[in-house]
Amino acid sequence: MSAPLLHLEKVTMQFGGLKAVCDFELAIRPGELVGLIGPNGAGKTTVFNVITGVYTPTRGRVMLDGAQVSGLKANRIACRGVTRTFQNIRLFPRLTCLDNVAVAAHQHRKAGLASALFGTNAFQRDEALLRAQSLEMLQVLGLGDYADAMATELAYGQQRRLEIARALAGRPKLLLLDEPAAGLNPQESEELMRLITEIRRRFSLTILLIEHDMKVVMGICERIAVLDYGLMIAEGSPSEIRSNPKVIEAYLGEDTAHA
Amino acid sequence: MKRFLAPAITLVALLALNQSLPRFLNPYYFQVLILVGINITLAVSLNLVNGFTGQFSIGHAGFMAAGAYGSAMFTMTFGQKIAAAMIAAHLPPVVAQGAMLLASLLLGGGLAAIFGYLVGLPSLRLRGDYLAIVTLGFGEIIRVIILNVDAVGGARGLPGIPQWANFFWVFLVAAIVIGLAVNLANSTHGRALFAIRDDEIAAEALGVDTTAYKVTAFVLGSFFAGVAGGLFAHYLSYLNPSTFTFLKSIEVIAMVVLGGMGSITGSVLAAIVLTLLPEALRAVKDYRMVLYALMLIILMITRPQGLMGTRELSWALFGGRRRGGSK
Amino acid sequence: MSTFLQQLVNGVTWGSVYALIALGYTMVYGILRLINFAHGDIYMLGAFIGLYASRWFNAAKDPSPVKALLVLLTSMLLSALIGMIIERLAYKPVRKSPRLSALITAIGVSLLLENGGALVFGEDQKFFPQLIPQKTIALMAGVSISNQQLIVLVVSIVLMFGLRMFVLHTRTGKAMQAVSHSHMAASLMGISVDRIITFTFMIGSSLAAAAGVLVALQSPKIEPYMGIMPGLKAFVAAVLGGIGNIPGAVVGGLVMGIAEVMVTGYLSPTYRDAIAFVLLIVILLVRPAGIFGKAVTEKV
Repeated sequence: MSAPLLHLEKVTMQFGGLKAVCDFELAIRPGELVGLIGPNGAGKTTVFNVITGVYTPTRGRVMLDGAQVSGLKANRIACRGVTRTFQNIRLFPRLTCLDNVAVAAHQHRKAGLASALFGTNAFQRDEALLRAQSLEMLQVLGLGDYADAMATELAYGQQRRLEIARALAGRPKLLLLDEPAAGLNPQESEELMRLITEIRRRFSLTILLIEHDMKVVMGICERIAVLDYGLMIAEGSPSEIRSNPKVIEAYLGEDTAHA
Repeated sequence: MKRFLAPAITLVALLALNQSLPRFLNPYYFQVLILVGINITLAVSLNLVNGFTGQFSIGHAGFMAAGAYGSAMFTMTFGQKIAAAMIAAHLPPVVAQGAMLLASLLLGGGLAAIFGYLVGLPSLRLRGDYLAIVTLGFGEIIRVIILNVDAVGGARGLPGIPQWANFFWVFLVAAIVIGLAVNLANSTHGRALFAIRDDEIAAEALGVDTTAYKVTAFVLGSFFAGVAGGLFAHYLSYLNPSTFTFLKSIEVIAMVVLGGMGSITGSVLAAIVLTLLPEALRAVKDYRMVLYALMLIILMITRPQGLMGTRELSWALFGGRRRGGSK
Repeated sequence: MSTFLQQLVNGVTWGSVYALIALGYTMVYGILRLINFAHGDIYMLGAFIGLYASRWFNAAKDPSPVKALLVLLTSMLLSALIGMIIERLAYKPVRKSPRLSALITAIGVSLLLENGGALVFGEDQKFFPQLIPQKTIALMAGVSISNQQLIVLVVSIVLMFGLRMFVLHTRTGKAMQAVSHSHMAASLMGISVDRIITFTFMIGSSLAAAAGVLVALQSPKIEPYMGIMPGLKAFVAAVLGGIGNIPGAVVGGLVMGIAEVMVTGYLSPTYRDAIAFVLLIVILLVRPAGIFGKAVTEKV
């Protein structure tokens, strides 16, 4: 068994009196596709925020490739190869789709600020390369025709894909997807599942994904962790999770019928 | 080679206009033209902070004052003497004075940039209105300090600054600022600034060093505000602290907002309109400021996104690339 | 020591004026997230309306406390009306616009009131009549308070206390609190957000007008640009206390008034205008949300 790419070591995140996440332990090996599920308010997005450095955990630490990343600023963690999408889509509304993606490619630039200001040749080459790469990424996500459209002009499902394209442009090792299927119709969800499988293979990604759509989670995840009230209540393969009484209890009243 | 064509043409055109304009433009119109040039520099430089990066700076007059007084003091203590020595060594006065003006502008801009750095630091912790009020406070503090320092004339003002700046210098600086802003807007760094403006958290999650960029925007913006101040000082040859009040900052913000946040052509256009407007309204003297205020309100109600929104007048006209387009 | 106490008395009096203006700032900000830059000019208008009202009541030749009270109330009432008109005509249309556009609108309104004031009232200073002849009341050796200062203090305290009661214990006051939390939620609860916003402007404007009249009582020279600096500083006071927070505005105003009087007394009057902003920057760096403010973190 290889060493974990991401290792959350007894992570606790506390806001005032509220423990949003408590002693959360999770290890993800390179290449794995892991699902993080749980009822609303269970602390799933908080886990993402801790991994990506939006929050510094109250206790415990986050290890990436064996090095501690908790405590680093969010942009440093992104540069170490962790990018994400957001539950409530956070595109840059006043930028074109291509520019949205190019922002993420930003960290791989070579030319400095001065050469950009004076428009040197080195800078022009760098810029052309960035644009080409960003366009390619749009094409991978089937958005090649929308390069010059403003991000807000896209349909909802396309905006979700644009967010994934943008996250991929950062060339991550670990991709975090926060409810990528939310608001998609069944057909779009099907496409999304294919897409996730494809980008995972193509960019040899490790993926951690939060999702409420059980069909998606059970369909593509190899391993699933279940959070409830900030505590991990179960971890295992989709079939194990499906039959776990604790999970069923946590979801009681929610649509476990799909699972 | 093509890259040097536009700058070369600009340079020649500026020199030609510098020689010819004063001959057939009456001094009043000429001075208004100079003010237009200075205001373009101010508006575009503030646009880097407010429009590009989405920071809320309303103390631009403070940076302008720092640059104006800094450059004027340099010229009056050293610049004039060095220029005189250079002329004595048979250098043409235009060259000697030009070189010293350039030095004073760089120093004035540098001083303003240092202040910009100091004011930019709180922007890391403060957002929106809080930052606005800190920049406002900073502008006021600068003015009060100037009022209280006798060496720079205090409330009486600072007379006797050599009139070295002219049409050429004022519009050269304006052209440089515009050129740099355009290059920035079309670069990965510009995109990083826009990303911060649109969604700071998302930008950071994608690896944009928001801290460094915000401070950089402040430093660049205040540097050019300082240079504009230096030009102002060396054109009017007299400085008074009452020029650099909150009202001056407001004028510049009005230009940026009216032009459209982040739009460079918008800023240039608005700087021209808002400099000419009060002058045009001189005919109705007493009602001048009332009308100015009314127009400001009506414009904001009818076009809150400004004249240009975030768009640009087509760069194709200037042989450049469309912003944000893939070519 | 007695000099210090005397300065303290002067500072508290001056600070209570700032507090009155700051209340309007803080209430409008709490509800609209708008820095109403024109608020300082309402303070100026309040003083001028007071001037015309006292001529109307013939209060200059025949001063009496009743007339002074009438002048104060007239000014507060008319200013409330002006506040309402400004909100309806200028601010309502930009409510959903970008924040900076709304701010520029507020600045436009401010310029309009100042220059319109200069046009209507004239640019030169006007003298506010002595509605209440000055008397000095000795508090202890070397420390005194004038009856005018006392009136400023008492009226300020009454108004602030009244506002607090109003906000905490009336339906409209509670509706104001609700709107400041969320326009959407408030309107879903059946609160007319438009009406509450207008009402907030009216209350804020009348408090600023009261401040204008109270200041004119003590220092009778009034002119159309008199609102700019006190307006800015009152806003700073509101930020000091934690903007959107009513007790915070009062404390911020007092701190500001005391600090200014102390700087004038012990350092130099020319630094008076700077201390407000130095104080502001220090507070914001140490405690960005202000003395009473709660830090707000954005939900991701």
